[in-house]
Amino acid sequence: MSAERETTGGREGEREVKDASMLLQKEMIAGHFTALSRAKEEGKKVVYTFVPGNLTELLHAFDVLPLYPEINALQSGMRKKSGGYILEAERLGHSEDVCAYVKSDIGMLRAGNVGPTGEKLPPPDLLLLSYTGCFTFMKWFELLKREYDCPVAMLHVPYQGDGEFTDEMRKYVVDQLRSEVIPKLEQVTGKKLDEAKLEEALAKSSVAEDDLVWVLESAKNKPSPIDAYFGGVYYIGPIFTAFRGTDAAVEYYKTLRSEVQVRLDQRLGPITPDGPLTNERYRLVVEGPPSWPSFQEFWKMFSGEGAVVVASSYTKVGGFYDHGFRHDPKRPLESLADYCAGCYTNLNLPSRIEILARYVREYQADGLLINSVKSCNSFSAGQLMILREVEERTGVPGGFIETDLVDPRYFSAANVKNRLESYLQMIEQKRKSPGAPRGPSGAAGGGSSGPRRLEVLP
Amino acid sequence: MHEDSSSGSPGATPRLSAVIARCEALYHDVDLRTVHDWRAARGGRKVVGYMPIYVPRELIDAAGMLPVGIMGGRGQVEIIRGDAWFQSYICQIPRSTIELALTGRLDVLDGMLFPSICDVIRNLSGMWKVKFPGKYVRYFDVPQNYEPEVGGRFYREELRHLYADLRRLSGTTEDADETLRRSIARYNENRRVIGELLELRAKEPWRVPTYESYLVLFAGNVLPVEEHTALVREYIAAALESDRPRRDNARVVLTGAFCEQPPIELIRTLELAGCYVVSDDTALGRRWPTEDVSTEGDPLLALATGFLRHSPPTAARYEPHGDRGEPLVTLVKKQRAEGVVLAAPSFCDPALLEQPILQDTLDAARVPWTAFKYAENLGQFQVIREQAGTFADSIKLWSEP
Ligand code: SF4
Ligand code: SF4
Repeated sequence: MSAERETTGGREGEREVKDASMLLQKEMIAGHFTALSRAKEEGKKVVYTFVPGNLTELLHAFDVLPLYPEINALQSGMRKKSGGYILEAERLGHSEDVCAYVKSDIGMLRAGNVGPTGEKLPPPDLLLLSYTGCFTFMKWFELLKREYDCPVAMLHVPYQGDGEFTDEMRKYVVDQLRSEVIPKLEQVTGKKLDEAKLEEALAKSSVAEDDLVWVLESAKNKPSPIDAYFGGVYYIGPIFTAFRGTDAAVEYYKTLRSEVQVRLDQRLGPITPDGPLTNERYRLVVEGPPSWPSFQEFWKMFSGEGAVVVASSYTKVGGFYDHGFRHDPKRPLESLADYCAGCYTNLNLPSRIEILARYVREYQADGLLINSVKSCNSFSAGQLMILREVEERTGVPGGFIETDLVDPRYFSAANVKNRLESYLQMIEQKRKSPGAPRGPSGAAGGGSSGPRRLEVLP
Repeated sequence: MHEDSSSGSPGATPRLSAVIARCEALYHDVDLRTVHDWRAARGGRKVVGYMPIYVPRELIDAAGMLPVGIMGGRGQVEIIRGDAWFQSYICQIPRSTIELALTGRLDVLDGMLFPSICDVIRNLSGMWKVKFPGKYVRYFDVPQNYEPEVGGRFYREELRHLYADLRRLSGTTEDADETLRRSIARYNENRRVIGELLELRAKEPWRVPTYESYLVLFAGNVLPVEEHTALVREYIAAALESDRPRRDNARVVLTGAFCEQPPIELIRTLELAGCYVVSDDTALGRRWPTEDVSTEGDPLLALATGFLRHSPPTAARYEPHGDRGEPLVTLVKKQRAEGVVLAAPSFCDPALLEQPILQDTLDAARVPWTAFKYAENLGQFQVIREQAGTFADSIKLWSEP
């Protein structure tokens, strides 16, 4: 199979190179938004819910369509509409200080709730408040509850404060699925839970999950055939929200996997907005979400320097598979509970440090770069400590950039570029300094001589 | 404009002044000298700190240790290292708390509890685990599901774990249930006298300025419960004796200050600007739950039930019925308040995200409100004073027949 498919598009005169999977995912996502826009006329129920630890398989078992307000917000960001929406929300009394995802969503709602494909999004029949990894979710749906006359199902997923998901916590989540979430879905759809359908969806998830993990781990190779951050959020990961548990997702990941296999065989780097990356110079681990309104620009800053992200935490926000978790049709509700609890932002800081340090080592990264976003306390609070700890444990330098997810006021391109370049220079210097590990991309571990850290803080 | 009261406690008797002076000293004691003294006097008994809003202090007390509320730096701690730990867009309380710890002021604590309130305090629990490995650290979760068989069962388990940990930490061998029942009784009594104090304030706010009631409640962060109960009683008795003029102030509810505490000068500023604060959510954990916890049967179940049934409404708790605005309007009516001051710490997502809801509901109920942000280390009060003064004046103007 051919690894690449070339199309002409993007800005005038520019050639964009895309993998088949990239086009496929675009079609699938567009198809989902179209289905959403027709939901009411086709008699389909719509459930708004959140990405982290989402219950997509359960929703499929009820044949309802999930809609993720966070995805609306990020799509608004990518289409450069979030800035206006945020201002509108602030005009309505929302504080400048709070999570901009919420404000972007509220602004979009006020502007007619038109989704990324230009089609109007349906109101929810149920707000499924899957309260995992972020306190803001609760406030977000309190705000939406006032906008829509529909029931709310609250699913409280305990935080793994002590680094474990205990039997009691699991039971608590399963009990809520049984006593709160499933009955509300039954009430809204007028159907009983189809257990066989749920199990089938879980089995499909697990197949796709194996392929997803294989794809993400392919970045351990040199050169890496994928970019596990920009590529990770653009076409590798997003498919995992509304489609998990479907044949389409199984097929998609199979396609993606074979594509990546071809790239591996041919020792090709990832496709970037600048075309295929042929000169992998830096291998980075990135912690934190990207900045959606400047996504391409941000990515190009990396690809222009030959920097490839080999592992990222943001692609583990939906769910975390590194410790071997897979959805399991033999223990349906328990495995949904485990999935909910395991998403990256529901893990405590010691676990996050451990994961990032492990990524640096296992993916032979040259450094850890944190993109700290103003919006998200769940991610950001504690990141400065994470940076220091990972540096200390791995010996690789850390870098720190501050932007926002969707608020363009907090993305200063010149500043970000500057910091990134200085950071990469520092990695370069560290390689040259005596005692630093050798190799074309540098290697993790080893000497702590040379410049240790980029001072970016006031 | 309203006439200024002089500083200190106007109209206070020597008895009242003595109580307030003691509370002020405790408030300013960021080095926790009182706690060191308590410990020294008891042969080095252990101490466990906790952050806002709520932890069941009964468990710490029953395990034979002193629960100590760590409510940020109160603007009295110069932030030198804290800023290197938190980005500029995160509220003040975690940075002052870490500053307190890094400067050794929390060394007296053997453990620290981080209640479930928001992502910042949640993540701070992990920072503590990494930076202070010798201490007992726990993120303390509370249920957002209020069904006894679901959230109640989970919460009882959380309590059981915590209590077992705390008993291990203190090394106590006393009867677990019996000591816990006794602690519950002591805290019930404490909450009852606090309730009396706050009722008196709502009824006769000129007798009980919030500047004082706040200090009296704050003292409960560091005093053993029975000592604090005695202090509250002493204050009530002294306040009743004192003769203070009744002013034509506006009765307001202050809300949004449940975590990072407003500087005490800010509370005084509101009062000087012509507001009687007849209800507020500062030091909310001291009045949680709002009714007695049963001292019969399984004490852990009793605490869990108390939480499910009698938790005050606040931003960090899910409101299964209705929305967050309704309890506020109910409170306004109950306290016969004439307006609401929506105060929120800068960058506080829980408080700020719900402000539009609260504002809409207040508008619909025709309750006047004003809103501002603060930080615990705010040093200038002029703007707030003017805002609060105008607010109080407008309330008085429109409420006149
Ligand atoms: S705070 Fe973070 S996790 Fe929560 S809604 Fe905002 S961006 Fe998402
Ligand atoms: S002040 Fe608000 S944001 Fe800050 S720790 Fe407290 S609840 Fe969280």
